[in-house]
Amino acid sequence: MSDSARLRAFSALCLARLREVYREPEVVFWSFVFPILLSVGLGLAFRNRPPESSPVAVVEGPGAVEVAAALEHASLLKARALPRAEAEQALRLGRVDVVVVPGDPPSPTRVEYRLDPSRPEAILARSRVDDALQRAAGRQDPLTSREVAVSEPGGRYIDFLIPGIIGMNLMSGGMWGMGFNLVDMRIKRLLKRLLATPLRRADFLGSHMAVRVGFTGIEVGFLLAFGRWAFGLPVRGSLFGVLLMAVLGALCFAGLGLLVASRATKIETVTGLMNVVMMPMFICSGTFFSADRFPDALQPLIRALPLTALNDGLRAVILEGASLASQSGRILVLVLWGGLSFAVGLRLFRWN
Amino acid sequence: MSQATAVSPEATVSVRDLQKSYGPVEAVRGIAFEIRAGECFGLLGPNGAGKTTTIEILEGLIAPTAGAVVVLGRRWGRDDREIRERLGVCLQQTVFSDKLEVGETVALFRSLYREGRRRDDVIAEVGLAEKARARVGTLSGGQKQRLAVACALVGDPELLFLDEPTTGLDPQSRRQVWDIVNGFKERGRTVLLTTHYMDEAEKLCDRIAVIDHGRIIAEGTPRELVRSLGGDHVVEIAVEEDGRGPLGPEVLQDLPAVRSVHAEAGHLLLSVTEPHLAIRGLFERLEQGGRSLRSLTTRHASLEDVFVSLTGRRLRDE
Repeated sequence: MSDSARLRAFSALCLARLREVYREPEVVFWSFVFPILLSVGLGLAFRNRPPESSPVAVVEGPGAVEVAAALEHASLLKARALPRAEAEQALRLGRVDVVVVPGDPPSPTRVEYRLDPSRPEAILARSRVDDALQRAAGRQDPLTSREVAVSEPGGRYIDFLIPGIIGMNLMSGGMWGMGFNLVDMRIKRLLKRLLATPLRRADFLGSHMAVRVGFTGIEVGFLLAFGRWAFGLPVRGSLFGVLLMAVLGALCFAGLGLLVASRATKIETVTGLMNVVMMPMFICSGTFFSADRFPDALQPLIRALPLTALNDGLRAVILEGASLASQSGRILVLVLWGGLSFAVGLRLFRWN
Repeated sequence: MSQATAVSPEATVSVRDLQKSYGPVEAVRGIAFEIRAGECFGLLGPNGAGKTTTIEILEGLIAPTAGAVVVLGRRWGRDDREIRERLGVCLQQTVFSDKLEVGETVALFRSLYREGRRRDDVIAEVGLAEKARARVGTLSGGQKQRLAVACALVGDPELLFLDEPTTGLDPQSRRQVWDIVNGFKERGRTVLLTTHYMDEAEKLCDRIAVIDHGRIIAEGTPRELVRSLGGDHVVEIAVEEDGRGPLGPEVLQDLPAVRSVHAEAGHLLLSVTEPHLAIRGLFERLEQGGRSLRSLTTRHASLEDVFVSLTGRRLRDE
């Protein structure tokens, strides 16, 4: 076949695929509406709030009045006096962060703090209470300090979140767009029908990937623009770099989608396989919270996942303005996953 | 557009000792036939006879276990793309994308071939001109099947493969598909179709291979096959149940003008050259034996009778 005829076949396949995609209302929802709902929802839930007061209980008894008075005027503390049993109960239920037991009259300069040291709020409350009581007892601070509140775009949760949602969207778009559709065509015997034409197999699969990548640009641009407009998301790296990172991610997950869809003859099978592949990455790859929270022993494994590489790479380019060269390790992870799964998927691929 | 030139004198399709096994299941057990340029060849047989396996091997979609296949003078595995350029294929069921329009679907298939016919000509030929802008999802079963035929025709093939082209269609849609196939034949092109409808085989096919359990059990023109029964007419009778058990076929074998007798599901089928002679003899013979008739019908012999006489079963056991 001459190159021009081949190109004509390829572009006709792309056009047909494109029409199928944009005539499917669900695609618009999952690609555009859903990620925005998700970022708005999570952005509201985890928005930066003014510092909260620590709830503490003072056990009633001798000395309690003095302690309560000292805490009442301290900033960021909410103290109430409770009988011993009730105070312990409130601590167990997490209603108060610290229970303060005032010293008995023979030794009024001794207090006891009861708290669960594994809770960061408890440590914070203890230190606030201690400060207030020490000052009330006459401590003089030798150093004068001043506090300036700083909350800059780039360090907020929403700034962390949006690149993660872009990465997650590229993953599910690639996996579903390739995986679901190919199995559907296999069930309808359209793959077999196409095989009976002079079409080249690689051209057919390539056209699906090309449309997928084309959509990537629109999706990513849309989400970035939304993040900028609604939350003031900073884009510090070059737009080209962001787009290249996204396209690599889209290709990588299209390859994985092809691999997952290469044998399945039932929608249930391919859906199950996709969940098996995607679920660990949803959890571990740092979409909603940093992957650093997982134990050190797991880190090399988590860093080798394609979604981790994509999320980290997108964050580095978008938030830190990192150069593509500095992301070459992550790019390599994406290229390896995508290239290998495309090659294996093509080998295993079942046309009928 | 090439109004492709027709017919080479040699066989368009040639199949020798074709076998296909799926594990222990032998779907095709040594099939051989030739299809000449310009003819319509039919594979007639019941469901599960091996028709679809055979045609899909010829389409290059399945690899045979053994045997030789030559299509348009070429072999699968060496010149696949060259064969496919000249081949039109209509699979047993293909569900085209619901989201595309009829015209878009045909245009897509046109673009996959180096040369072919104008999209609108083909759409008009299959009678879908009014539906050209309709989404495929809105078409009826018959319209979808005609779309499948249009996609097979748009590459302007020399050879058309149709796998059960009218199964499940209403009578009107079936006739429309037959007209399309006849139109294709009239342009001197070659057709291979599979069917389990004997009327379809009789209407469309120049030659037929009757296929059962993976083997060809008879081959010839529809006329030759019917003639092989020995008579053009069939007399079908049933006798009253009177406690003496069923009447054996051998009792009627020697009647005048009767060529053969088969028992089938409580009936006897007599292949007959001249019904009036046979029926007179039949009445006399039954009277002598003290049997009385419950029913008697006569009709022209069909391919169905050929199949029954060869296998003792009907084409469509339902």
